[in-house]
Amino acid sequence: MTQPPRTTPETAPADSPVLRLGALEVGFRGQPVNVLDGVDLEVSAGEILCVVGESGCGKSVSAMALMGLLPPAHTRISSGNLTFDGEQFDLTRQTLPPRLRGGRMAMIFQEPMSSLNPAFRIGDQIAESVLQHQGGTHASAMARALEMLRRVGIPAPDRRLKEYPHQLSGGMRQRVMIAMALANDPQLLIADEPTTALDVTIQAQILDLIRELRDSLGMACLMITHDLGVVAEIADTVAVMYGGQVVERGPAAAVFENPQHPYTIGLISAVPRLDAPGGRLATVPGSVPPIAAMPTGCRFRNRCPFAADICAGKPPLAVQDGGHAVACHFAPLEQNLEVVA
Amino acid sequence: MLRYILRRALIAIPTILLISVFVFSLQKLLPGDPVLAMAGEERDAATLEFLREKYHLNDPIPVQYFNWIGNAVQGDLGMSLRTRQPVTELMAEKLPVTIQLAVMAMIFALLIGIPAGILSAVKKGTVTDYVANVVALSGLSIPNFWLGIMLILLVSVKWQWLPASGYVPLSEDFAQSVKTMLMPAFVLGTALAATLMRHTRSAMLGVLSADYVRTARAKGLAERRVVLKHAFRNALTPIVTLTALLFGELVAGAVLTEQIFTIPGFGKLVVDAVFNRDYAVVQGIVLVTAIGFIAMNLLADVLYVVLNPRLRGQ
Ligand SMILES: Nc1ncnc2c1ncn2[C@@H]1O[C@H](COP(=O)(O)OP(=O)(O)OP(=O)(O)O)[C@@H](O)[C@H]1O
Ligand code: SF4
Ligand SMILES: [Mg+2]
Repeated sequence: MTQPPRTTPETAPADSPVLRLGALEVGFRGQPVNVLDGVDLEVSAGEILCVVGESGCGKSVSAMALMGLLPPAHTRISSGNLTFDGEQFDLTRQTLPPRLRGGRMAMIFQEPMSSLNPAFRIGDQIAESVLQHQGGTHASAMARALEMLRRVGIPAPDRRLKEYPHQLSGGMRQRVMIAMALANDPQLLIADEPTTALDVTIQAQILDLIRELRDSLGMACLMITHDLGVVAEIADTVAVMYGGQVVERGPAAAVFENPQHPYTIGLISAVPRLDAPGGRLATVPGSVPPIAAMPTGCRFRNRCPFAADICAGKPPLAVQDGGHAVACHFAPLEQNLEVVA
Repeated sequence: MLRYILRRALIAIPTILLISVFVFSLQKLLPGDPVLAMAGEERDAATLEFLREKYHLNDPIPVQYFNWIGNAVQGDLGMSLRTRQPVTELMAEKLPVTIQLAVMAMIFALLIGIPAGILSAVKKGTVTDYVANVVALSGLSIPNFWLGIMLILLVSVKWQWLPASGYVPLSEDFAQSVKTMLMPAFVLGTALAATLMRHTRSAMLGVLSADYVRTARAKGLAERRVVLKHAFRNALTPIVTLTALLFGELVAGAVLTEQIFTIPGFGKLVVDAVFNRDYAVVQGIVLVTAIGFIAMNLLADVLYVVLNPRLRGQ
């Protein structure tokens, strides 16, 4: 199951990915334009996929849709196929079997301070998840909770087990969330900006922990982040999102060294300036239009220096060599740019 | 915790004293002569004067007050001017009746208000939510006396299911006692149910969007468990606090309902006492009600701390 941490184009996973998400389209009720307009993602066992993109580009909504956490009363999933571990699911029915959620597919969130229930003890909260998916006795679930707390590096785990969330720091709470997520040996861990709310040193510890757990447990990891520094450090593969679409994805090395989508190029050339604390990916000229005012066709059209008439049609996410896929009518750019110029 | 309770109880003493002064003075300002009410037909001056002397009604008012409060502290609230019974004895007789009514009304209110509040929060913006809110608003707007009379006419007179009035002590016949109290408790409970429903709804709306509720869903728990365990447990604090406060109000608010259903409780005692200028009884009742109300407030505060793990240790 375990693979070398960095998947190079040559050794791209031959086995089928744990997760394959295709053509995810999500809208919120009362809004005419879909927030997600064709999100395609793939992650294999032992691989860390980083999903990057500006605030509001739909990273969290994609993750929530995968987990079946979008409220059916307010959302409309008009398209979306999920293949998870060889099993097909139709996301449009918005009835993902609960055995997946929290069991084979688990999620941690950006807000460690508020993601644990303040009214219950840490141990009980982890045990509840274990009981839900593995059954057994309360005692065995508590034993598993203790084991997991130890596993994620929480000091004095037997004491922590009986504590309430407010007695723990943010970093410790995120460790508890990780322990809870991994208690049922998931095949996929979804982490939505798991370090954004934490101090820099704690951030690094949590990233190390996730990487270390991925190495030892061999799970696939879908990590959402704003921070290209995090991507550079941890990602095997990268998916760049813009305006509710995946515009480019592929092995981290390929995307970083040879970005093909004009938006990705803008992002990466802006990396040095992102070192500023809290640096967000907003250094591409212009700004993201509100969802309702998104251009049709290529959603990057109003900010793209290469935009042409053809861009009024939606560019498909076309796979090029080495699993590097780009959604731009002019990709690969170096070959086609002269044509436009 | 114990120190906290003690401190809060001490702080309540000046409040209670203030209330006692207020009640005492107001009584004295009211028109009407208690001695006249007491003497009945024998209105010769000597009898009246004798009664005034006997009940210290000729003393200066501050002296009367200090006599009264001094005795009250020792558990002696004086004698009823009318029945010549000790006030404490009268109250000990009537209070359980009203408490039974209040407890049963509260049970009705909780059984209706909390599930309705949860449901309308979960179904926010749907027909269910709308209907629940309309019903709650009606529950608040329909006067108790009207609802009471309608119920008597329908349930007692027309269908003859339940007695229209009367009271059987709990100790005498439990089932019959509960049965006679059913309608008045329902009438008294409806308005409370509406208040509770609206508070439950807003408390639930506050917690249903919390991150930890999302975590509970992400664990794969059934929605029922997410709502009833993870969300409701956190909405409980304001609900429990409100329930304690409402209970204090309930005892006071039982007056009208007791009149309608002719229940011999606290309410009836106070109404009779006011009409008969039975000062000692009125003062005693107001004092005890005020203390009860303050105690409920204190209980609400204590429960607030008990329900919050964050505050418990401090
Ligand atoms: N409940 C909702 N109702 C309406 N619109 C929503 C809702 N949740 C998200 N959106 C919209 O969906 C879009 C994508 O939001 P999402 O939270 O996925 O962004 P994100 O990429 O995670 O951003 P961030 O980096 O700020 O977390 C945004 O335009 C947002 O306004
Ligand atoms: S499709 Fe056109 S507008 Fe979109 S990124 Fe490519 S060149 Fe720019
Ligand atoms: Mg987000």
